[in-house]
Amino acid sequence: MSAAAPAAALATGRTRGREGSALARRVRRAVVSVVVFVLLWELGSRLKWPWVGDAPPPSAVLKVWLPLLTDPGYWYSWYQSSRRVLTGFLFAQLIGIPLGLAMATNRVFNDLTFPVFEVLRPIPPLAWVPAAIIFWPTQESSIAFVTFLGAFFVVVINVLGGAKSIDVRYFQSAYSMGATKWDVFRRIILPATLPSIFVGAAVGMGITWEVVVAAEMISGGGGAIQSSAGGGLGFFIWNSYIGFSYPQIVVGMISIGIAGYISSSIIRAVGVVCTPWLRTR
Amino acid sequence: MLANGKGAIRIEHVDKVYDAAGAPVQAISDCSLDIRAGEICMIVGPSGCGKTTLLNAVAGFHDITGGSIWLDDEMLCGPGKPQAQPGPDRVVVFQNGALFPWKTNLENVAFGPVVQGRMSKAAAREKARELMAMAGLSGTENSYPGEISSGVRRRVEIVRALMNDPKVLLLDEPFRALDSLTKSVMHEALLEIYYKNKVTIFFITHDLEEAIFLGQRVAIMTTRPCKPKKVLDVDIPHPRDYSVLTSRRFRELMEETVHAVHEEAVKAFEAGEKEM
Repeated sequence: MSAAAPAAALATGRTRGREGSALARRVRRAVVSVVVFVLLWELGSRLKWPWVGDAPPPSAVLKVWLPLLTDPGYWYSWYQSSRRVLTGFLFAQLIGIPLGLAMATNRVFNDLTFPVFEVLRPIPPLAWVPAAIIFWPTQESSIAFVTFLGAFFVVVINVLGGAKSIDVRYFQSAYSMGATKWDVFRRIILPATLPSIFVGAAVGMGITWEVVVAAEMISGGGGAIQSSAGGGLGFFIWNSYIGFSYPQIVVGMISIGIAGYISSSIIRAVGVVCTPWLRTR
Repeated sequence: MLANGKGAIRIEHVDKVYDAAGAPVQAISDCSLDIRAGEICMIVGPSGCGKTTLLNAVAGFHDITGGSIWLDDEMLCGPGKPQAQPGPDRVVVFQNGALFPWKTNLENVAFGPVVQGRMSKAAAREKARELMAMAGLSGTENSYPGEISSGVRRRVEIVRALMNDPKVLLLDEPFRALDSLTKSVMHEALLEIYYKNKVTIFFITHDLEEAIFLGQRVAIMTTRPCKPKKVLDVDIPHPRDYSVLTSRRFRELMEETVHAVHEEAVKAFEAGEKEM
């Protein structure tokens, strides 16, 4: 034991060192990827390459962006869009996960709901915008509704698929050890579906960002007049377009990219914590 | 752990007809077999012969269409009760293993008594730790099944089954996916567990050598419909170890039965050809 302990410590130390350098390598590659992208864009924009020739170069974008960083209106746009995304996303999870589980576990319920669900599912969220504006009392609620729809169907489909593909042997061995139906739901179906729930959440989060931006553009950002007045990042882009401020359009686009990246990173991180058994693969 | 004389399984004239897409398939026909309490009874037959169907009927995973199955004096299924209720008195260990991947090995082993409400979580874990230590599994308690080798996984699963104090262990080709060296280690490990617990073992396999090495009796099944073709008494005394494999009596018993098994394998193969 006393001889083995330091050896083991050494071994883990070495592994950890290797893991650390692997992480550093990956961060280095990420930085290289971003830097090369920006350089090519700058170069392409200045040399008037086709496609990127008409786009504002990163230097011009940065010139517009830097002063915006201290503008509360710009951050208010961030806040507004994030709030809408979060609202739609949370409702999609709250309604979608139980619905998916119910459809997966109850055949009668599935037969009654699945056909309607499958007809509504292919309708793109943006096709709902006019109807949403008409049927919901405020613009804000119609944006939230459309955002919700964006994530909802993906969430349900993933939960349903995940819960239905659980190996029947898990059920059989649980029943064989004396589990009740409730035990099976709580201790088998729920944990076995968790990975799919996180897949649905990550994909759904991406779609809510796509949808919220478009909904804000179409509905006029919930009644905002100026780009900085809190219409959200979608309205920010639209308003920049109306005002011929091309660098600012790009600022808005990159802002959404960053926001989406942060949101999906958070979901991934939570997913890793909640499904520790998948770390071993 | 268990008093001797518990866990006898009586299979009486069991029939099972599947109605797959309108074409009835007779999986089991007039199958009768007595498994004595505390014995290792090996069921040998070619793949697809219907032996797993028989095990599933005993476990309560599906119904039978005729006959009856008894555990000691209790009718598990039979006239008026086509499907047995699955329960911890007959725990199944599956072919490819069914440890819950989202639970640690310790949580897996502690599962049965907790869901039965027989033990508190803490007590179940304490007992699980003990049993795992006895089976040489100390150190794997907090790993997930995905982190240990398939041989160790199978041992964890057998310990998980034993945690329920079952009268009968139903083993469905539990070592099939293991390489032959791991398998030989698992055979001795299973016997060691058996000598300590004296639980009745209903063990399905298609490996005749495995069957004769482990079993007190070996039932060789006909292929589709499934019923015993020949029941062999293995008169090699327990406890056994691997030297048995090279013994003269073992070879004699192999010779006595290998022909019957081969015959059924050919039949199963030809039936398979016809289906194609």
